[in-house]
Amino acid sequence: MSPPVAPPGWSRWLVPPAALSVHLSIGQAYAWSVFKPSLESALDLSGTQSALPFQLGIVMLGLSAAFGGTLVERNGPRWAMTVALICFSSGFLISALGAATEQYWLIVFGYGFVGGIGLGIGYISPVSTLIKWFPDRPGMATGIAIMGFGGGALIASPWSAQMLESFGSDSSGIALAFLVHGLTYAVFMSLGVLLVRVPRPAKTAADGTPAPLEGVQVSANSAVRTPQFWLLWIVLCMNVTAGIGILEKAAPMITDFFADTSTPVSVSAAAGFVALLSAANMAGRIGWSSTSDLIGRKNIYRVYLGVGALMYALIAWVGDSSKPVFIIAALVILSFYGGGFATVPAYLKDLFGTYQVGAIHGRLLTAWSTAGVLGPLIVNWIADRQEEAGKSGASLYGLSLVIMIGLLAVGFVANELVRPVDARHHVPAQKKKEAADVHE
Amino acid sequence: MSTSDSNPSGGGAAADGPVPDRRPLIVFAWVWVGAPLAYGLYELVQKATQLFTG
Repeated sequence: MSPPVAPPGWSRWLVPPAALSVHLSIGQAYAWSVFKPSLESALDLSGTQSALPFQLGIVMLGLSAAFGGTLVERNGPRWAMTVALICFSSGFLISALGAATEQYWLIVFGYGFVGGIGLGIGYISPVSTLIKWFPDRPGMATGIAIMGFGGGALIASPWSAQMLESFGSDSSGIALAFLVHGLTYAVFMSLGVLLVRVPRPAKTAADGTPAPLEGVQVSANSAVRTPQFWLLWIVLCMNVTAGIGILEKAAPMITDFFADTSTPVSVSAAAGFVALLSAANMAGRIGWSSTSDLIGRKNIYRVYLGVGALMYALIAWVGDSSKPVFIIAALVILSFYGGGFATVPAYLKDLFGTYQVGAIHGRLLTAWSTAGVLGPLIVNWIADRQEEAGKSGASLYGLSLVIMIGLLAVGFVANELVRPVDARHHVPAQKKKEAADVHE
Repeated sequence: MSTSDSNPSGGGAAADGPVPDRRPLIVFAWVWVGAPLAYGLYELVQKATQLFTG
């Protein structure tokens, strides 16, 4: 499938909704927990078992983004969005069959394996195209799309819950809910497939052939051999670990923090805090990423990592003496977490050019998978050990906060070490010409 | 939308014939993704207010 080239007069403002239709759909992954209680009672599963489809889905996201990125670059965004649509929707349809026949392995395979491929390919599908359409504002453009991934859970969470309430939480109700999800997402994502276009390449004045790509261009295979790639890998991993550290344990954390005070936090207030963190996460994706277009990528990561560390220090220092300070600092940290995700494609474009930025982004997302394991592991393990040692309240998290500050400091140093990519890694002029020809 | 919103590389500048008005399509596309997002945000705000009332 050749990349769909925009006809004359095609507006670039049609590309962000195309990207959003995919990201708002696949962002459903973070609302998987809605199905867990129903699955556990209908199919007699443990909590660990019911989390399997989501966990496999996230693993497949990382793997398919890392290994499928080059294919996405070669075949273009429409191919990638079609693959994402087919895999993500089929995942739900296979899961519907699994629920209807009470074969749980089919749900794990469908949602986790097949759907997970849709997550990875869908996540990277619009990145490179958006950057090419918005060379003046790449941070804003990718921020819009990646904000959609956060927004997907906001939509799916209440929607799926209402569906289970209407259809029932038994196996046939779950099967019907999965079926409706699969069909609805197929229709919703089709907008992206139909609308997405790559920009028409500039022509050289002399013979009308496409002009070669300008500036620094580095292939995905060369990029992973540069220190810049691995420094950014560390930056993303540290930033995400620090954010997940709070996100994963937000509700018990705020409850524990103020348990020994005169104003303890109720269960419903803790749920409100979690919702507010989701809003900060989303706002950070579009807000901070757009800001990076004005102040530069390196500077915005200085803010994410430096001010993020200060916010963690503030929480550790103030302890349980001020609820507003705790809430505001946590919101700022979560906004930086979202911003870190959304800004990284533009940072990659600055360093490696647009040639294979989608594929490079896919490979960098392995940092996300690593952070997804590291962050919760640190906070949960330390909180458990502190509890065993007889500690309670804010002191349960003291050591975790110090470790998060340390991780952010490591990320800050890695960001400081980022320099322009050495010329020996650049794509030769002839290859730049061939790359431009691909879009013709 | 300004004319600079199309073809950032300038590759379409030499196109012949009238260019179709894309504004209705743009509105449709943004409503398509904006409506469910607004629903999600509404539900989020409802939940978030529990922090101050719960």
